[in-house]
Amino acid sequence: MDYTAVVFLEILYMIAFIALISAGLAIVFGMMRVINLAHGEFVMLGGYTTLACERAGIDIWFAMLVIAPLVVALVGLVVERLVIRFLYGRMIDAMLATWGLSLLLIGVVTLIFGSSAVSVPAPIPGYQLGGYQMGGYNLFIIGVTLLVYLAMWLTLRYTRVGLVARGAMQSAEVAASLGYNPRTVYMITFTVGAALSGLAGGILAPLTGLLPSSGGAYIAEAFIAVITGGAGAVIAGTLASSGIFGAVQQLVSFAHGPVLGDIVMLALAIILLRLMPQGISGRFFRNGQ
Amino acid sequence: MKTWPSIGRLRWGWFLTGAVTLLVLPVFTDTHTPTVLLIWALFALSLGLMWGYAGLLSFGHSAYFGLGAYTYAVAVINIGESTGPLLLAILIPAAVAAVIGAMMFYGRISDVYMGVITLVVTLILFKFMNATAGDQYAIGDARLGGFNGMPGFHVLNVPGLPEASLFGTPMYYVAAAVLLGCYLLSRWILARSFGRVLVGIRENEARCELLGYSVPAYKTAIFTISAAMAGLAGCLFANWAEIVTPGVFALKSAAEVIIWVIVGGLGTLIGPVLGAMALGMVKLLLGEQTVIDNSLILGAILVVVVLAIPRGVVPAVQGWWRGRARVRAQRKVHARPRRRLQSAQAERV
Repeated sequence: MDYTAVVFLEILYMIAFIALISAGLAIVFGMMRVINLAHGEFVMLGGYTTLACERAGIDIWFAMLVIAPLVVALVGLVVERLVIRFLYGRMIDAMLATWGLSLLLIGVVTLIFGSSAVSVPAPIPGYQLGGYQMGGYNLFIIGVTLLVYLAMWLTLRYTRVGLVARGAMQSAEVAASLGYNPRTVYMITFTVGAALSGLAGGILAPLTGLLPSSGGAYIAEAFIAVITGGAGAVIAGTLASSGIFGAVQQLVSFAHGPVLGDIVMLALAIILLRLMPQGISGRFFRNGQ
Repeated sequence: MKTWPSIGRLRWGWFLTGAVTLLVLPVFTDTHTPTVLLIWALFALSLGLMWGYAGLLSFGHSAYFGLGAYTYAVAVINIGESTGPLLLAILIPAAVAAVIGAMMFYGRISDVYMGVITLVVTLILFKFMNATAGDQYAIGDARLGGFNGMPGFHVLNVPGLPEASLFGTPMYYVAAAVLLGCYLLSRWILARSFGRVLVGIRENEARCELLGYSVPAYKTAIFTISAAMAGLAGCLFANWAEIVTPGVFALKSAAEVIIWVIVGGLGTLIGPVLGAMALGMVKLLLGEQTVIDNSLILGAILVVVVLAIPRGVVPAVQGWWRGRARVRAQRKVHARPRRRLQSAQAERV
């Protein structure tokens, strides 16, 4: 019984983890069809911002929930103005430029923080579940992920800003003729996406540890989850694919070890894309948000 | 006058200049570094052929490079003589690519979706090879060795003579000959109707389909050829490094080859080759110093190239050169009619 609960919580955590690191990428891809391959580095920057704040004696909650998203949003804004805005509609070029950006950011962080692994202490102690020691912080991450997705959905569905964003996504020309500059919408969307990546990086830092190259671990999973989720309905699609991948990865990991868990998850991504070339949302949620 | 056989747009003059340069290079310098530059150039050529002409971008082409390297190492440890392993290092990546390519292209998967699948294949191989540390992970006599890789296998030998190992300058000449051979092969492929159809698919897939060509079959074929070439490059790389590690499958090596090709120039064959050599050289030089991080420079180069010269350096230079030639030709054309006009006016008067 306890073991079942442990497995269940771990699966939930894995789903939340994938959904959280994919959120920023999903928004940017869904809105603008730009795959930001520097996304993993945005997450990593969020982590390092939290680390720097923690070392400077700033309260860690404030650092990870406020400062990290703000700093990364600022980086995202600069990147959008300097690089991305020239590349809308050129998907492959945008991918390559952001890939270059990701290498560049890794280099910069290595220069500043060095290339050795560092860690941030978890601010929530563990708890006992039957005979098992559990990380209390995992529950916090599950909660934050739920809030992030709820906020994304409510914003897109029920606010003026969300309406304009969805309008610009469906038809940039119509949005422009109604007086909303799509370029401005894109800029804001990219900045918000970066802020979400920073948030993810900030709150994941105590769990994963930090390396300048740790973005690579995030980008692969986030990329796969978002593309498999599909562009039709980004939020539902990304949640669905995170659910599938997280559950499969954890179940196989419990049965046969984490390496096979990862491999099965990746193989499943190939199969899913083969069966549904437009992603999960292209297949099942064609009309919804 | 005897004319050279025409292989499409091959310029024999440039080709022979390159070949002679490669031939005499060992007189002037040590061959260790040039060898690996040639191998990287071959790897970039394999991707450049597929991406530049058929418009298919594989995000994980290092999968086939790495498969070639691992296949050679495993096979040569089991067999001993290197001819068979060399062939296997070409055939196995090609076979894997044929299966994956057929799965993708007959499933009508393209663009980013193809990017994800090719990337995922590399990631799977990377994760798997990193986890093969134990004794149970062995193929015949060859232990896969996990993160530490596979050292200590026989390098290439002259076919049929297991004792005549090729390393140092002979290895350099092997790499040079293979690169030149694959370059000619690529030119020949592109000059055939097969190559024309590939370019047609890149330009307009629906039209090619309607003209009766099986687009998935063509795409699968070029993907397989490209993977075979990448596997051969991987095999040579294993011989150069004398060790194979899972690093060949890493995201970083997948990114590097894309950077080489795009910087050198899409839609050319010489572009990827020169791009790989130049940036490979930059990488090796940057690796010798510790002041500035290697990936910072490479990343900056990629961003600037995509923004400023999205078609790559070689096409940009070619365009500039042709533009100048056109201006010169126009000047000539303009010079003559004016005189004719003057004489015509003079006649009228």
